Amino acid sequence: MSAAAAITWQGVKGACLALPVLIAAVLAGAMIGETALAPDLVLSVLANKLAGAGLPVDPIDQGIIWSYRLPRALVAGACGAALAVAGVVLQALLRNALADPYILGISAGASTGAVAVTIAGLGGGALSLSFGAFNGALLAFGFVAILARAAGAGGSRAAAAQIVLAGIAGSQLFNALTAFIIAKSANADQARGIMFWLMGNMSGVRWPDVWLAVPLALAGWGVCRFHARALDAFTFGTDSAASLGIPVRQVQVVLIFATALTTAVMVSIVGSIGFVGLVIPHAARFLVGPGHRRLMPAAALTGAVFLIGADIVSRIIIPGQVLPIGVVTALIGAPSFAVILVRGRRAAR
Amino acid sequence: MKIEARSLSYSIRGKLLLSDVSLTVQPGETLALVGPNGSGKSTLMRLLAGLARPSQGEVLLAEKSLARLTRREVAQRTAIVEQQADTAERITARSVVELGRTPWLSALRPWSGEDSQHVENALKTVEMEGFASREWATLSGGERQRLHIARALAQRPGLLLLDEPTNHLDIHHQLSILNCIRNLKVTTVVALHDLNQALMCDRVAVLSGGRLVALGTPQQALAPEMVSGIFGIKARWVEDAEGSEPFLSFHLA
Repeated sequence: MSAAAAITWQGVKGACLALPVLIAAVLAGAMIGETALAPDLVLSVLANKLAGAGLPVDPIDQGIIWSYRLPRALVAGACGAALAVAGVVLQALLRNALADPYILGISAGASTGAVAVTIAGLGGGALSLSFGAFNGALLAFGFVAILARAAGAGGSRAAAAQIVLAGIAGSQLFNALTAFIIAKSANADQARGIMFWLMGNMSGVRWPDVWLAVPLALAGWGVCRFHARALDAFTFGTDSAASLGIPVRQVQVVLIFATALTTAVMVSIVGSIGFVGLVIPHAARFLVGPGHRRLMPAAALTGAVFLIGADIVSRIIIPGQVLPIGVVTALIGAPSFAVILVRGRRAAR
Repeated sequence: MKIEARSLSYSIRGKLLLSDVSLTVQPGETLALVGPNGSGKSTLMRLLAGLARPSQGEVLLAEKSLARLTRREVAQRTAIVEQQADTAERITARSVVELGRTPWLSALRPWSGEDSQHVENALKTVEMEGFASREWATLSGGERQRLHIARALAQRPGLLLLDEPTNHLDIHHQLSILNCIRNLKVTTVVALHDLNQALMCDRVAVLSGGRLVALGTPQQALAPEMVSGIFGIKARWVEDAEGSEPFLSFHLA
């Protein structure tokens, strides 16, 4: 088998395993909700919308499925996969088990941007919350990147630690700015709204968000997957990676920018959903081991399915009320992760 | 593969760690690097491996300036075993050795049977075949060190740089690793603390305070007067009753 054929074959095998699971999760996301809708109804809507089948479906059901639940499930999947892969990449690159996509100050910056637009009235109402969040995220990331670069002049050896420290400094600064803006000008309702958004909010998700989130998640995935072997080489640190032929600085810059950009977009669409980017990578590592060529697809799939599931739970757990998805990810995620941790330890003995 | 250091100097934060070091190692030769703690052995190793850039001077690998080669090209020619490279990942022994194939792999040149063969051979050379599926965390310091050496061997380098490779090893494995290194057909630079082990190499370079103070055959470079002055001890040649090669004996001055 030729080299190229071997790669494609592996990819095809992986996709054959992952796609049915993903499709099932998205369909579940479309079916389950305050009004449960039958699978055949969901399929009829899909047939109508995608193939123009013209099957008789109640327009209200069709609206719920097509305009609300389907985009939500797709964005949740894209977002879960992107955050989990970003977590895998940053944990490997920074050699820090506590690294997550928000370690570069993105979540803090996004919240500052969001409150600057919604509460402080930046842009005089012409700017959307997503726009503010995205730019806040980029601003914070820029601050962190410049600070890390200024501090890491001594070479690549200490660079990982410098990035983490710069990220902490950046996050603290932007969190303080957010708190300042809220304390200065927010009323109780606004403060509550922002708190909900900060914990992740999928209720505003529509099709345009799908067209942004899904291609971006795929592109981010492509960039990260291309560097899987390079990430393996970071197992024993940056010097070891360099001695194995990895252009360390270049890989760091490309991957950090790729994860920062995808994370910033995801956060601007759905808010800063915690837990996924930190814990899913660890869970996936327990399942398939530390090799990145298997870990990345595993983390992406687990992250996507987990977040679609968390979104479903957030919609049905309290009748008539939607819980912030970040609350659900932590409530389900923390105990399941505890189980994995304990089991993993036993298996290692 | 020939390696040549041309008046290398290296300083960090205003502190000069290495000053005007020039040496050449011929293809297939094994050069021992000795010197007290902080004499610049590891720094010289890092410069030879291209992991740090010299403040002055240059390194030539097979007549080519190291600065002109890409990281990947350097890694296809040079492998380095550094001190204290550790990981918290739950990686198996075999995966560690497989990392050595990284510079030879790409999207168009995926893992093949040939790579597996190099990994098997490297594991065999360091007598670790039986440990291949063990997790890193369950291995002793010596076993980890042997895996690092196997990883470097799997890289199939023309130049092998070993920074105190016999640290953590019991005497059997110290001798077998050194023997293995000497029998390799690759050019090797090995930093050693045990001067009697340095006697087994083709030539010895002695560093002190960041300067190269002796370079020559083991008998020349490790002459007792030289060793005594640099390490602040008293050294003398000793021969055992069986008439083997003389070795060094030390006591505090």
